[in-house]
Amino acid sequence: MTAIEPVTAIIEARDVVKSFGQTPALRGATIAVQPGEILAVMGPSGSGKSTLLHCLAGILVPDQGEVWFAGQRLDTLGENRRSDLRRDRFGFVFQSGQLVPELTAEENVALPLLLSGTRRRPALAQARPWFDRLGLDGLENRRSGELSGGQAQRVALARGLVAQPAVLFADEPTGSLDSVSGELVMSLMTRAAHEHGTTVILVTHDARVAAYADREVIVRDGQVTSLTGAAK
Amino acid sequence: MSVPLTLLGLLEREPSHGYDLKRDYDTYFGRGKPLPYGQVYATLSRLARDGKAIAGPAEHGEGPDRKRYTITPAGIAEVGHWLAEPIPPEPHLQTVLFAKVVLALMLGRPAEQYLDRQRAAHLQRMRELTDLKEHGDLMDTLLADHGLYHLEADLRWIDHTAARLDVLAQAVNQ
Repeated sequence: MTAIEPVTAIIEARDVVKSFGQTPALRGATIAVQPGEILAVMGPSGSGKSTLLHCLAGILVPDQGEVWFAGQRLDTLGENRRSDLRRDRFGFVFQSGQLVPELTAEENVALPLLLSGTRRRPALAQARPWFDRLGLDGLENRRSGELSGGQAQRVALARGLVAQPAVLFADEPTGSLDSVSGELVMSLMTRAAHEHGTTVILVTHDARVAAYADREVIVRDGQVTSLTGAAK
Repeated sequence: MSVPLTLLGLLEREPSHGYDLKRDYDTYFGRGKPLPYGQVYATLSRLARDGKAIAGPAEHGEGPDRKRYTITPAGIAEVGHWLAEPIPPEPHLQTVLFAKVVLALMLGRPAEQYLDRQRAAHLQRMRELTDLKEHGDLMDTLLADHGLYHLEADLRWIDHTAARLDVLAQAVNQ
């Protein structure tokens, strides 16, 4: 009888170790995220939560341990393959929108599609509905300097989701916003993710932001502690 | 929640019957815990006895009491005083949790695990309140926010305490 692999996780880190010089950031971090799950990664400053996100996203390569995505070993891929994967299967939202200032909001949203080789016209056509969906109607032709912080972050969110990624990585996505703008971003992010079945890995130190997630883990001294079931 | 003062406040808008007040109380403040009719009428009787409201003559109609109540100047003053008075800024000291942490440290028990369980319980409640905000109206949102900010404050205390357990353990075991 063939053993059936019980793992259903879409993305997973197994005993990941990562150091920067002499400073260890991750010391055997293990985590598995289910498809469509919204997971909050919490923890104090310097605990290694952003490093964990970067290892899961293939931005950083672990010193030891394994990273798996959709049944494929990620950490052993070369930089080009990881770059392709990041562009085609992953979306990203960072603390401050990091929009390209020379491009309009619409071009910024379409950017992942343009980089994947979609022609300009269909890429912009695919970007456009996101403006209505995220309450950005009428801002399509503005440049990042002409947007408020909350608007820019919603444009960044649209950019993160436009290519319908399997996993959206969000690192303190509301960190530079006031509470009302931050809540709007989180509400829109979680609704869009649920609608498209997108997995979200959300790094935050803010419990009110984490409360939008389905589950949370805490990174402490480079290791992951799951709180699920801890309250029982 | 002070039921008498809240009912008196609702009465300041316009003279009302008991059942109107109950309906509005349940809509705005009840949150799934409707006010019993008996409590409404008992409260209105007390307000009338204390000169804060005046009961009109009994009217014919359905319901146990068809009196229309009107707020008095004394009642209006009472509402004004109540609204203007800040509520005590209760420290919300997590006394039970505080006692548990100190005892756990004294006894060499796993205080960090206890704090993690409390953190998980708080986050679960925050998820429920966030869900209420996502699917509720503005009143639900405001109410849920009030709970969320308080829970967040507790969580910050939990995080702060968790980060200082070593020092606390030394302090309580001296």
